[in-house]
Amino acid sequence: MNIFITLLLICGLIFFTGGTLGILRFPDFYSRLHPAGKLDTFGLVTTVGALALYIAFVQGLFLTALKIGLIIVFVFITSPTATHAIVDAGVRAGLKPWTKPSSGEDQT
Amino acid sequence: MEHVFLYAGLYLCLLMFLSLYRAVAGPTILDRLIGTNAIGSKTTSLLILIGLMYHRVEMFVDIALAYAMLNFITVLAASRYFQKRKGLYDENTD
Repeated sequence: MNIFITLLLICGLIFFTGGTLGILRFPDFYSRLHPAGKLDTFGLVTTVGALALYIAFVQGLFLTALKIGLIIVFVFITSPTATHAIVDAGVRAGLKPWTKPSSGEDQT
Repeated sequence: MEHVFLYAGLYLCLLMFLSLYRAVAGPTILDRLIGTNAIGSKTTSLLILIGLMYHRVEMFVDIALAYAMLNFITVLAASRYFQKRKGLYDENTD
């Protein structure tokens, strides 16, 4: 059981790494939002899910594991909404999406 | 099993420093918001990891839940605020 939880935890950390690298490497504001919204959320769901399984089965605290499940559901709903709010603010502020031909000089 | 949580926590701290770079160096204000949102979601999972390390899981789960809510509300408020503020317009009137 421990091995399975460790593997799931590592998988969650891989998603977090992808999210962070995506935020750093992407050229434009809008393209940076993809990893921030998706990968961070799923990384958190996987990592915290692994911890919930550990608490539920190894330590036997089912009520706490249920509360962690509540956190997972809450974050799973709210994190993309927060990213959508950022995009909404960006579009209203007039941020132009980055286009390939002008890859020489960065617009933003 | 304790070492796994310790190393996972340390790795998360490293990732938070990386996304801190985006929060500091982001060209527009909303890039900084992305960095903050990324750090916030990592802190939530880090809190539960710390709770497991200190064997006081109930306390830290509540803190993590409160932190997740605060992170969400902060990002919403900040994005609503920066939508209308003039500062954002100066940076990209190129």
